[in-house]
Amino acid sequence: MSRIDDAFRRMRAERRTGLVTYVTAGDPSLARTADILRQIDAAGADVLEVGVPFSDPLADGPVIQRATERALAGGATLAGVLDMLAGVRKDLHAPIVVFSYANPILRMGLDAFVARARGAGVDGVLTLDVPPEESGEWRGRFQAAGIDTIFLLSPTTTVERIRRAATLGSGFLYGISRLGVTGARDTVADSAEALATRVRRETAMPLALGFGVSRPEHVRAIGQWADAAVVGSALVNVIAEHGAKAGLLDEVERYVRWLRS
Amino acid sequence: MSTNWFGRRDPDSRGYFGEFGGRFVPETLVAPIDALEREYMDARRDAAFGADLDRLLRHYVGRPTPLWEAARLGASCGARVFLKREDLTHTGAHKINNALGQALLAKRMGKTRIVAETGAGQHGVASATACALLGLECVVYMGSEDMRRQALNVFRMRLLGARVEGVDSGSRTLKDAINEAMRDWVARPDDTHYLLGSALGPHPYPLMVREFQSVIGREARQQCVEQAGRLPDAVIACVGGGSNAIGIFDAFIDDPSVRLIGVEAGGEAITPGRHAARFAGGAAGILQGTRTRVLQDANGNIEPTHSISAGLDYAAVGPEHAYLASTGRAEYHYATDVDALRGFQELARLEGIIPALESAHAIAYVRRAAEQWAPGAVLLVNLSGRGDKDVQTVEGLLQEADRVAN
Repeated sequence: MSRIDDAFRRMRAERRTGLVTYVTAGDPSLARTADILRQIDAAGADVLEVGVPFSDPLADGPVIQRATERALAGGATLAGVLDMLAGVRKDLHAPIVVFSYANPILRMGLDAFVARARGAGVDGVLTLDVPPEESGEWRGRFQAAGIDTIFLLSPTTTVERIRRAATLGSGFLYGISRLGVTGARDTVADSAEALATRVRRETAMPLALGFGVSRPEHVRAIGQWADAAVVGSALVNVIAEHGAKAGLLDEVERYVRWLRS
Repeated sequence: MSTNWFGRRDPDSRGYFGEFGGRFVPETLVAPIDALEREYMDARRDAAFGADLDRLLRHYVGRPTPLWEAARLGASCGARVFLKREDLTHTGAHKINNALGQALLAKRMGKTRIVAETGAGQHGVASATACALLGLECVVYMGSEDMRRQALNVFRMRLLGARVEGVDSGSRTLKDAINEAMRDWVARPDDTHYLLGSALGPHPYPLMVREFQSVIGREARQQCVEQAGRLPDAVIACVGGGSNAIGIFDAFIDDPSVRLIGVEAGGEAITPGRHAARFAGGAAGILQGTRTRVLQDANGNIEPTHSISAGLDYAAVGPEHAYLASTGRAEYHYATDVDALRGFQELARLEGIIPALESAHAIAYVRRAAEQWAPGAVLLVNLSGRGDKDVQTVEGLLQEADRVAN
């Protein structure tokens, strides 16, 4: 039973909507990211997604693109992110999911990455540009190390491929509730419910829905259809606004608690 | 023509040429790309589709393009040099061959909107042209640095009714334009086709673009046999993403006596950030949907690139080129900015032809490697585009060189 399985079992037992948070590691610095993760964890986030900055984030919208640029300018690398996680893991309750594009992992080498991720206490890996069909050599290694392989589902994903992701993946499924790149929106898309309904018909695997989530009412709405809501760009925005200020951690905590209200 | 232009050398069912290729895309694009693959595989077996494309290539593009024996250029390097005149196509570069093929395919799929990326602007112009002809909406993403370098082509695209969107992220060149085009496509996969301009990206693009460009090699092979009486000793083409090169190589891959030579952009020097020679400084990686050779740093971030020519200024190479290099079937060299500038001027003075700065890299290589050609060697060079778009840039560079010299 992985730490991720455990987290979702607890949400279901407590009959509440879980909160999955995404932050770009290294924005404003890796040391600050470690502090932010501690704060978010203490504020009750259920799963911590940690984004690895990459020079060409083609699935991301402007908010995460800018965060990525700041992180890279500050010298954040995949190796640095894993070192930071190794240091902070013992302070965190929630499972950690590393969220990355393929190339930094490939460059480190799959075996080296798996060894270091396991050493850092990473619980799951989501590689944005490695769909199930390309995931063979990745998945096998993650599985052997006890690391969950998280797949994305989108409004365009066919029923056949929903089944494939549920069979090949583990931990949870991450549903992209709308078309387009990452970014906060004012409302939850109608496509969120439609996707959740299609997924639910195929699998009982835990489902987190994201893309566009920024307010507590979004989290509550998603709770009607899925196990958890993912908040990404909106949280990255809070960090961007307060990154250099002394009150950053308080703002982050206040925002996460508000989302859970 | 339409009966034999497809299916000669398909990648495996997952789109791999050896260990290169594949489909590394965000989940939202998997379904539209699956649909594109099905439609393309269907279309290329459809005689009516082939006939439509043939008609456009002949009567609209002006194919077959001539093969010109450049006797004065040849004499200057001790070989017979034949230029495949893709610069004489409608719109002035080989890009139109692929743009029309994909635009026809988009119509067949019921798409109403095209997005495209462009570096030098030639693919953007070709896409805008195909869209005007076929009544499709067209949005072209172009790095703001490239818009500055290729201002003439920006205006041409706008005249043709396309919307040109400047891209200010990253290095503001071709790579960033591709990122932005993919972001657009992720948001509107239902009504939009992404008209990728080179033999890059996720399967089936590298295959499809090669097959649409393979008309170059088929014509050139026959023309070379007619004019030189035999196959060439070497086929030489510049390689950015590599569509003009793979298009002309394709007809000769099964002829072991024919050397296939790709010429990359050596830029200012083979040090990080100052060139775009993936075979000189790259490593295996995944970028923009495909596993190939990529210029990257030790942490897997993509390195900035530099070339005098916007069309070669790109950090990855088409996966089939990576494969052909790995098997040794093709070889890859580079020409520097200075070489290309010299090639540009020499072709103008020796043959009365002003080449695109991209194509000037291939010309420069033929000249620089002159000592290796056996007397009477037959060299087939793909003159992939014309140089009108580069005249202002070159004028500026030559004036600057004069200033420095004085």
